[in-house]
Amino acid sequence: MKNKNTSLLDSSLYMESIGSAFKKLHPAAMIKNPVMFVTWVGAGLTTCLFFSHWMFFKFSAFELQISLWLWFTIIFANFAEALAEGRGKAQAEGLKKNRVQAFTRKVVGKLEEKVLATSLKKGDVVICETGDTIPSDGEVIEGIASIDESAITGESAPVIRESGGDRSAVTGGTKVISDRIVIRITAEIGETFLDRIIGLIENAERQKTPNEIALTIVLCALTIILLLAATTLKIFADYSHIVVTIPVLIALLVCLIPTTIGGLLSAIGIAGMDRLIRKNVIAKSGRAIEAAGDIDILLIDKTGTITLGNRMAVAFIAAPHILEEELAEAAQLASLSDETPEGRSIVVLAKENFQLRAKTLRPIESRFVPFSAQTRMSGVDVLLENGQVEREIRKGAVDAIKTLVIAKGGFFPSELQVAVDEIGASGGTPLAVFDNHKVLGVIHLKDVVKGGIKERFAELRKMGIRTIMITGDNPMTAAAIAAEAGVDDFIAEATPESKLQKIRDDQRKGFLVAMTGDGTNDAPALAQADVGVAMNTGTQAAREAGNMVDLDSSPTKVIDIVETGKQLLMTRGALTTFSIANDLAKYFAILPAIFMHAYIVDGEQRGPLAALDIMSLYSPESAILSAVIFNALIIVFLIPLALRGVSCVASSSSALLRRNLLIYGLGGIFLPFVGIKLIDVVITFIHLV
Amino acid sequence: MKLIWQAFSLFALFTCLTGFFYPLAVTGLAQVFFNEKSHGSLIKDEDKVIGSALIAQKFSRPQYFWPRPSASDFGANPSGASNQGPTSRKLKADIDKRREELKAKHDLNLSEVPEDLLMASASGLDPHISFAAAQFQLQRVAQARSLKQESMLKLQSLLEQAADDRQWGVFGEPGVNVLRLNRALDETFGKMEK
Amino acid sequence: MTSSGMLQIGIYISLLLLLTPLLGSYMAKVFVGARTFLSPLFSPCERAIYRFCLINPAEEMNWKKYAWSLVLLTGLGFLATFFLQINQSLLPLNPQHLPDVPYALAFNTAISFMTNTNWQAYSGESTLSYLVQMLALTVQNFVSAAMGIAALLVLIRGITRNKTHELGNFWVDLTRGILYVLLPLSIIFSLLLLSQGVIQNLSPYITAHTLEGLEQLLPMGPAASQIAIKQLGTNGGGFFGVNSAHPFENPTGISNFLEALAILLIPSALIYMFGLMLNSRRHAWMIYLVTIGIFALCASVMLWSEYLPNPALGVAQMLEGKELRIGITNSAWWAAATTAASNGSVNAMHDSLSPLAGGMAMFQMLLGEIIFGGAGSGLYGMLLFVLLTVFLAGLMVGRTPEYMGKKLGAREIKMVLLAIIAPSATVLIGAGLSIALPAGLNSLANQGPHGLSEILYTWGSAANNNGSAFAGFNANTDSFNIFLGVAMLIGRFAVMFPVLAIAGSLACKQAAPTSETTFQADNLTFAILLVSVILIIGALTFIPALALGPVLEHFLMNTRQLF
Repeated sequence: MKNKNTSLLDSSLYMESIGSAFKKLHPAAMIKNPVMFVTWVGAGLTTCLFFSHWMFFKFSAFELQISLWLWFTIIFANFAEALAEGRGKAQAEGLKKNRVQAFTRKVVGKLEEKVLATSLKKGDVVICETGDTIPSDGEVIEGIASIDESAITGESAPVIRESGGDRSAVTGGTKVISDRIVIRITAEIGETFLDRIIGLIENAERQKTPNEIALTIVLCALTIILLLAATTLKIFADYSHIVVTIPVLIALLVCLIPTTIGGLLSAIGIAGMDRLIRKNVIAKSGRAIEAAGDIDILLIDKTGTITLGNRMAVAFIAAPHILEEELAEAAQLASLSDETPEGRSIVVLAKENFQLRAKTLRPIESRFVPFSAQTRMSGVDVLLENGQVEREIRKGAVDAIKTLVIAKGGFFPSELQVAVDEIGASGGTPLAVFDNHKVLGVIHLKDVVKGGIKERFAELRKMGIRTIMITGDNPMTAAAIAAEAGVDDFIAEATPESKLQKIRDDQRKGFLVAMTGDGTNDAPALAQADVGVAMNTGTQAAREAGNMVDLDSSPTKVIDIVETGKQLLMTRGALTTFSIANDLAKYFAILPAIFMHAYIVDGEQRGPLAALDIMSLYSPESAILSAVIFNALIIVFLIPLALRGVSCVASSSSALLRRNLLIYGLGGIFLPFVGIKLIDVVITFIHLV
Repeated sequence: MKLIWQAFSLFALFTCLTGFFYPLAVTGLAQVFFNEKSHGSLIKDEDKVIGSALIAQKFSRPQYFWPRPSASDFGANPSGASNQGPTSRKLKADIDKRREELKAKHDLNLSEVPEDLLMASASGLDPHISFAAAQFQLQRVAQARSLKQESMLKLQSLLEQAADDRQWGVFGEPGVNVLRLNRALDETFGKMEK
Repeated sequence: MTSSGMLQIGIYISLLLLLTPLLGSYMAKVFVGARTFLSPLFSPCERAIYRFCLINPAEEMNWKKYAWSLVLLTGLGFLATFFLQINQSLLPLNPQHLPDVPYALAFNTAISFMTNTNWQAYSGESTLSYLVQMLALTVQNFVSAAMGIAALLVLIRGITRNKTHELGNFWVDLTRGILYVLLPLSIIFSLLLLSQGVIQNLSPYITAHTLEGLEQLLPMGPAASQIAIKQLGTNGGGFFGVNSAHPFENPTGISNFLEALAILLIPSALIYMFGLMLNSRRHAWMIYLVTIGIFALCASVMLWSEYLPNPALGVAQMLEGKELRIGITNSAWWAAATTAASNGSVNAMHDSLSPLAGGMAMFQMLLGEIIFGGAGSGLYGMLLFVLLTVFLAGLMVGRTPEYMGKKLGAREIKMVLLAIIAPSATVLIGAGLSIALPAGLNSLANQGPHGLSEILYTWGSAANNNGSAFAGFNANTDSFNIFLGVAMLIGRFAVMFPVLAIAGSLACKQAAPTSETTFQADNLTFAILLVSVILIIGALTFIPALALGPVLEHFLMNTRQLF
């Protein structure tokens, strides 16, 4: 989906949106939005009045214009919604193409059977080979394959998926590029990840979020009370012998009820979801996005997020009477066949420091001893011709090597123990090197903190979010890395239970907790967290448990998510404030126009209440029409803002509030004065009234 | 059921406490400490109650100072105001009528009629008139009582004695207590029979 | 305005600000059950009351049970007040042998007093016996004020407590409110008023023989004891028909000052108490700032307007409906205080106030009686607006709105708006119907824009539980007695119940610790936003009506038009 930014100026999108703006005029669609429904009824009533007067040969251009602009108000609002939806729809169309319609190879017992992909059920097992499109979401239960996931993530580099471990999940709609895998299907057709993304984008599953519901209540309440105010205004006006026609009353009502926010509310919500999708995050519900804006605490896995994920050798520390070069050579030998990043980094370090070229050891001369969880060491045995072991080189955990050397009758030099402790204290990992009965020294392995991560955490802190690092390391190591990365707190020696417990504890204190994770053992914590962001590269279990999936699998994506959540609320709040603040100017435009002739003294042009006419508009008709036109046009002008969201900068709440109040509150009070006056000048100039 | 008993008994208790014992206790204290005031600051002539120093009474004879107009015609049961608003035609008519009548009855007086004599008080029982209103009537009263020039000074001093200044020099507004003034008139210059 | 007027206002504000923390911290102690200097005197009484009434003071209620208890007590109050009135001729302490009160009036009066409105469609001296004044009305003055404070306490507990349904014991809150706060204050105030000449006796009315030989009937009665609580408890129901304009009810400048001070005393102190109980004094002071700011604004307009000449009547000062000893400044100031707090007592006739002063009085009531407001009810009404403000502000800073750490959900917002809208809707519908139906226009004492003001004032006062009136409007008809009674019920309970419900749902939540991004409700930005929300949401509805009533009348007065 990357780089598929639908431009705001896409003309076909415009045409389509205009079409559906009209389609949405259907009452069944309108009644979902009470504010606009009131406008709809008002527009209908005014139109009826216009036609009935026309039938009796009393053509009123004023009534016609009011009716038209009231309809425009609704259409503009519908257009905003359609535009927001349309942008998503275009993306959904693209995704739909990836849905598999073809046959797939289902395993039944020991046989293979060709079945329609759409007939697959949860628990079925299928086989995919090079060139096949994976029919549905599933888990690799056998084999390893490289898979092109660009259809979902937009990332063209293929990824490896293999059975067991944390990289076993495959997504329906992605393509196998090489090798063969056996997959157990984990999702029913129609409920796959791809289906869900499409559903989300198309808003089929759109539910109102808690804040949206609360805001809708506010808007409804305002509408009800203003409806009463307008109705009784007629009675009060009658008492004062003022003629107020129904179209004028409706015009006043529509101007006063919060049509601006009412009309743009759903567009804002859809656009928020859309923005998140553009950032390659799939939220399973709007509620989750909103919750993201409220996050107090963020739990982040150390590995791959804060650090590069691999420990690197940074120094050789030789035992007394041993040359550093000797140590380096032995370490290099022990690591030659170690394909882990750690092993490679040792080889590289030896090469850089001592220009040691890795000798190619012939297999006859040597035997590799792979790392095992029991021995906690790895290395190489250099063999003589007869197969006798000439040299036994091992590198591994310090205590494992210590046990080994003592068993062999050697000892662990106390000077070296000091170095080991120092490395541990600095957050590094010491790796002891053993060569034929004696300890040569230790290798200092260090977690390298990613560049720029500290700044990101500082930004989060500014947003009021505390970051907590989760790591399996011992507390000392964890503390050192935490300090280097600038996180606020850490949990060392974390287990799935301790993660879950931490989240529960924080939630009990009233915090909202977000967590990012990818492994199966993260799943319970992801499910418990208020916002669980699963990496797309993670296991199916993790992706199921979280309420968001980050397609880029970028651990700092959470900051974008928080921003989007905040932006969503801020846009709603700002436009609500703006909408309500507008009413002041509208009153000053319309009320003097209506009351202009109240208790007028014979021979005078204007009644006493004309004193309120501070805008000095051309005539009562032009004043009312200008207000209605302003009310309609402001929706159009605010569509870009609604779709883009108000700008969100990381700063303290009071600074943010002051800023938004100044722009949308004060702006909302003064802008309509200027706008209505301008419109009044224009429509008078072109003789619309 | 328990809730009902709680509500009922508590209500009964508070009715006794705040509706019975509290007013009676205050009444008792009033009898002891503020006996005269708590009975309405009555002005008595021997045993006969003439009125209350706090309540205006009707004066229409020229020998007395007249109080402000009363919408309830100085009836204290119930008291009342005109409740006419600031654009009331009726009020305007009342004011104009009063102004004309007062002017007619004070034909020697060339100054404007003080406004408090034109407008009715809130209670209809306002015991005060403004100092200006008293001055306005001074000549008419003196004339009606056929007071000589030397008695005018005496009259002036009675007026000043009947004046209530702001309490402690701060609270309220000054005014002349009409009943006290008229009673002092009677006491000093003799009661006027019709 | 005179310099002595300014001095009196200056003293008033200083004294109010001085007494607010004293009474506020005292009440905070009383309502958490801590020891106060009055405890040795009252705690034995308190314990005795609980024992007699089978109340376990440690047993707390959830919001529903609290509401039920409240309803029960209110119901009993209504029945007692109603039946005492309609049978007063059979009962003792009726020296004037006043007849039974008609049903509709008795209904209206009973509701009016139990809802802390104290709207008076009658004149006390010619309608009610001493027994009814004492046993029915004085009791309701105490109970309704204490009830408002109790509801406020529930809301405070809802905000401060976490994950609980327990919101205090209504009987205990009520008992403490009356015993420790209202009763001692009333006794002190009664004595102060007595020293100024307010009457207090059980004698029959006295016939005076005036100097001109006429007879004048002087009403008597136990007035001081009732006046003390009606001023303190934001009740406002006068002993006499013209309320505190009556010389027996308000005889001197000092009595006027004290009674006016009493109007704002408890509502003002409650804000301080709120700050202490929430442990957020800055926030409370911001609310205080907003309250006193809006009040000062309204009062200034009223004072200014009262000193304008009236060209229509051709007078320099509008003294109609005012008492000389009180004067214009004190009349306007009182009018501002009594309509800000939902007191409703008057010392001048509001019907005869200058157009803008009357309009501002109306405006303050129509805001929902939250500028100081009623005892308890004023602050909880204000807190509804605070919640709405927090909601808007929360959205604007991009966080789910939270107040004191409690997240505001759809349920709370729904209740907030119900409570804000119900009185406003009642006013609009009531006023609309009064004009649309002939019965309403027959009750008018004034025509033209002032007539509209009379209707608006009547409904604004009833539906917001103020109780003052543009008294020319004849509300003592069967239909108005009943419909205004209903409006008072709505104004009281359509606000109080949602407040209790909000307390209930807030108490269930866990307060989130505050962070940098939480919106802080203790700075000037908040205060400004709160003022805007109050003025815009509270007033939006009534701008057309106010324009056609007082504002129009103001202009017409200057162009010398009469009606």
